[in-house]
Amino acid sequence: MDTGTETRLDAPTAIKDAKKRYRAGVLKYRQMGYWEPDYVPKATDTVCLFRITPQEGVDPVEAAAAVAGESSTATWTVVWTDRLTACDSYRAKAFKVEPVPNNPGQYFAWVAYDIILFEEGSIANMTASLIGNVFSFKPLKAARLEDIQIPVAYVKTFKGPPTGLIVERERLDKFGRPLLGATTKPKLGLSGRNYGRVIYEGLKGGLDFMKDDENINSQPFMHWRDRFLYVMDAVNKASAATGEVKGSYLNVTAGTMEDMYERAEFAKELGSVIVMIDLIVGWTCIQSMSNWARRNDMILHLHRAGHGTYTRQKSHGVSFRVIAKWLRLAGVDHMHAGTAVGKLEGDPLTVQGYYNVCRDSFTKQDLPRGVYFDQDWCDLKKVMPVASGGIHAGQMHQLLDLFGDDVCLQFGGGTIGHPGGIQAGAVANRVALEAMVKARNEGLDIRTQGPEILRKAARFCSPLQQALDTWGEITFNYTPTDASDYVPTAAVAH
Amino acid sequence: MMTNPTGRITQGQFSFLPELSDAEITLQIEYGLKKGYAWSIEYTDDPHPRNTYWEMFGMPMFDLRDAAGVLMELNNCRKSFPQHYMRLVAFDSTRNIESIAMSFIVNRPAHEPGFALERQESRGRTLRYSVRSYVSDRPEGERANGKA
Repeated sequence: MDTGTETRLDAPTAIKDAKKRYRAGVLKYRQMGYWEPDYVPKATDTVCLFRITPQEGVDPVEAAAAVAGESSTATWTVVWTDRLTACDSYRAKAFKVEPVPNNPGQYFAWVAYDIILFEEGSIANMTASLIGNVFSFKPLKAARLEDIQIPVAYVKTFKGPPTGLIVERERLDKFGRPLLGATTKPKLGLSGRNYGRVIYEGLKGGLDFMKDDENINSQPFMHWRDRFLYVMDAVNKASAATGEVKGSYLNVTAGTMEDMYERAEFAKELGSVIVMIDLIVGWTCIQSMSNWARRNDMILHLHRAGHGTYTRQKSHGVSFRVIAKWLRLAGVDHMHAGTAVGKLEGDPLTVQGYYNVCRDSFTKQDLPRGVYFDQDWCDLKKVMPVASGGIHAGQMHQLLDLFGDDVCLQFGGGTIGHPGGIQAGAVANRVALEAMVKARNEGLDIRTQGPEILRKAARFCSPLQQALDTWGEITFNYTPTDASDYVPTAAVAH
Repeated sequence: MMTNPTGRITQGQFSFLPELSDAEITLQIEYGLKKGYAWSIEYTDDPHPRNTYWEMFGMPMFDLRDAAGVLMELNNCRKSFPQHYMRLVAFDSTRNIESIAMSFIVNRPAHEPGFALERQESRGRTLRYSVRSYVSDRPEGERANGKA
């Protein structure tokens, strides 16, 4: 029985005869020119890798061609108006289909897009094309945009991060170690004055940054202006106490663009070095805020709120590595990218893949890390990845080993929940971090000796000892939902 | 001082740890050299957090690839400016970095008076903040003398 799942030699190919091709009626996408198996992508093409699960009886090549068609120029029936365009060059071309290892029914499909299809400097436009239509397509049970290769010609139309990792460090005058932060907890409910207390304690204790949570905007329990006023008093007081540049990410996310600009302006007026926005404000807003940040010498932190709804399941959605690439182009300075060892989803290798997308000058193909393409960033500034969610001082060696120095480690509960108080929590984290960096530089193997290094440091730092006593045993060992197809899946173990 | 019980400014990579010994400093220098960084020594009497340009003690040592040599220069600096803040700075000239890779304090004055926070009222409840270092109340020649 023909199940239609094998590509046969006599399978329909592209119809080259124009009269036949444009006769009214329905053709298969692979007949309409969306499947070109010998196509070699041009240097100016965007190449997408989709993970598709065709419905029963749907030929995977036809499904790939349909993805190419519905994310570029096609519709479900032949239209004569195609002939008013240079349609052959505008059509996206699916050029390779391969079964996904160990996943029957799932296929990788490579699709190339001509550069003319995309508006310069507009992530909104690129996403509208690539993910705007195709994912609802009935013949596909599921589809995921797994990875994307963006041509240098298109990268160069974006300004990228307003500040960038290097200039951020220069502004903070902090080098050679990860940055430390904490999100104010509880997530919701504190009033402005009480909120400022948490900020002061955390920063004074030794953190570099504090952070608004993603859902702190302007609610009845705390108006945004009150938060900003009290937070900046705390930030400046802590800065004077320590002699360090400090900051707190003031969340300017709001219901309208105009409100966001108003909040950002107030943050600037109060002298904040940094503001934050949530991913759910949308691509257009992110680019606008990026431009604003550049004009106003502001570091722009982005919380990836909401991404988990579409990034987490391997079969359907958009991989976070694609989101990360778009965010770097759209222009954010900080991006939450995963902890691997904390409370939120993230297989260690996959998370390292996201970090590389943020920080590389040239990201190389790396299949175990889920990076399917080389990506030349064309000197676009680097994004500081942020690790936030259920991490504590007892994991400092793992975090430093996995992610290196160019990361912002955020310990919300891990600072505020410290039995000795918030300052003690901050001291514990800072001492743990500095001790681990020092030990790594001295040549110690922190992966195996990390716990001993922490214990030694705790001997002169009782807050660290308390932190280890309180949380030392806490781990979050669950099987990741989104690990690479090219390595065995394992939870993180000590 | 209530706001800073240890009375130390906490700039640099290792300010929360006990002062590094010369042996420990040497290990850090070696790490930087292995990574291909260029070490330099800077000193200042005004550690204001926005004081970017500390005085250079000689040029960045691009061609000095020996930790003992760097340490020797550091000790020369300490002899000349014993009551100044001093830091070792490692520079990475890789494309798309071209900035500092390591920076830590290796000398402090005997007395660290710290900073005042100045608040200037503005419109509404807005305040304009300014951090002022106490040492800069004195002229340059009278700052780094080890006296309170």
